[in-house]
Order: sequence, then structure tokens, then C-alpha cells
Amino acid sequence: MSDIADRVKKIVVEHLGVEEDKVTENASFIDDLGADSLDTVELVMAFEEEFGIEIPDDAAETIQTFGDAVKFIQNAA
Amino acid sequence: MFDLSGKCALVTGASGGIGAEIARALHARGAVVGLSGTREAPLRELADELGERAHVLPCDLSDAEAVEALPKAAIEAMGALDILVNNAGITRDTLFMRLKDEDWQAVIDVNLTAAMRLCRGAVRGMIKARWGRIINITSVVGTTGNPGQANYCAAKAGLVGLSKSLAQEVAARGITVNCIAPGFIATAMTDKLTDDQKAGILGAVPMGAMGTPVDIAAAVVYLASSEAGYVTGATLHVNGGMAMV
Repeated sequence: MSDIADRVKKIVVEHLGVEEDKVTENASFIDDLGADSLDTVELVMAFEEEFGIEIPDDAAETIQTFGDAVKFIQNAA
Repeated sequence: MFDLSGKCALVTGASGGIGAEIARALHARGAVVGLSGTREAPLRELADELGERAHVLPCDLSDAEAVEALPKAAIEAMGALDILVNNAGITRDTLFMRLKDEDWQAVIDVNLTAAMRLCRGAVRGMIKARWGRIINITSVVGTTGNPGQANYCAAKAGLVGLSKSLAQEVAARGITVNCIAPGFIATAMTDKLTDDQKAGILGAVPMGAMGTPVDIAAAVVYLASSEAGYVTGATLHVNGGMAMV
């Protein structure tokens, strides 16, 4: 697993308080990991900070799963 | 009780009678205060009076860019923004039949839109900190209406709706959003009323007296405190009984 994926996973695990093995490629933050909509906003804020990038609101809306987040950050960083 | 040591509070309209008293009260409880307003001189005077833990942050709330920049400036000056008090407000009173678009827009811009922008700028850090207090100063007339103040009443009622919605969104993050609705409060503005006008007003107030800025400031201290952590989406009416809602 890439370094970016590890760092994203760490943020998700810490923020949502879920088991690491639940955070799979297709795991949806809301449907599978118990996030509410404000959690997803917070996750995006945390990604922005961790990776020093800006994630615009329309892009943030497309980040639904762990895999989406990793892909977006790989392309942005 | 009501200790605010270590908390950083931004107060808009701190050059006015009520805003200055709010800043004094928060400061007296130990908070660092950011004093915002359009006129810098009275803010400086207040900062000098308060001494340490007071920062002057001038801002024209009708200027959208300046409003966007204010929370950042506040965090830079104070180190954090834990308590936001949207107190600033303007009036452009006129009978509805004569209400011009610009009188409507100016009041909505400053009293409602600027408050929204400041909430938006402040809430991010509060979410991270898992603690925050937003206190919007509305008015009794936002609930009751008032002839000649359709624009002002609409803005104040709008602020109540905004506060309740935001309160629900951020409640689980340790952030409360409340309103304080003053009734008739003795300020420079009410000094201009004639004795007859004052008598007319006081006839509608069961307590038979105008409130003072201290009455409002005390309510702010309460809602800003950790002790008020279970109170959110509420409007605290401070009006001597003139409207019991």
C-alpha cells in the first residue's frame, strides 16, 4: 500500500474511530464507516491539512469512499 | 462559574454601547477579546481601558472581502477563535411602502449576510477544537415585528433561522449557537428619544424601565460559558417582560 493510502487510512481510523481492516478500497465513509455528513467535511479538512492541498467543494462531494480519497490525493499531491 | 480564562472571543460592533459592554464582560471573566467595529478610535479607547488581552480588529461589515478576512485576522491576533459574538447591526428604518431596495439590501448585508460569513469563518476552527460558542444578537422585533423596520426585523428573524440550523449541524462537536434578543436597551440611540416617546415605550415594558447594556452582556457571558454547554438553538429574550415568547 502506498504511503498516501497509509496516511489517509490513519486519518480515517482516528477520526471515525473504526477498525483499520474496515477501511477498504470501496468502504463508503457514510454507508460503511458510520460517518455523518459533517464528518466527511471534517475528513476533507484533515486531508487538506495532512497533504497541504486544497480540495474544492465540488471535488469534495465526489470523495465518497476511502479509495476515492486516495485517488484524489494521489492526483492532487 | 462562568470562567472564560484562555478563551478567545471576537465581538463585532464593539464600538457601540452594547458591544463594548459585552467585550468588557467577557474580558472581566478572563477571555482574550477581539474588538471589531467600523470606527477605529472608540475601539482603541476600549482596548486601552481593558489593557492586556484586548485586540483591535477594525472591519467594515458591508465589505464582503473584509468580512471574510476578519475571522482569520482574529485568529492571528488572539491565537484562536472560541467565542463569536455577532453584535453589530444597522438600521434603515422606513415605512414599508417607501422601502427602497438599497435600504433593504444594506440591512440584510450587514445584519444577516456578514453574520453568516463570520459564522462560516469561525466554525471551522471550532469544529477542530471540539468547542465553540456562537452568540448572535438579534432583537425582540425579530419575533414581534415593528412598523418601519421590515428590513431590520427580516434580518433579525433570519439570524434566528440561521442559528437554529447551524446549531443542529454542529451540536455534536461541542459547539453551541444561540441568540440573545434585547428589548429596549438604553444606549446612545435611545438617548435621542423624547420623554414622550420613552414613556410610550416603557408603558409596554412590565418592568417599567429600559434595560442596560450590562443586562445583555451578562446574558452573553452565560451563553459563552462552559456551564451553558447544553443550551443551543435557543433565543434568550432580555426585554423586561415586554414580549414573553
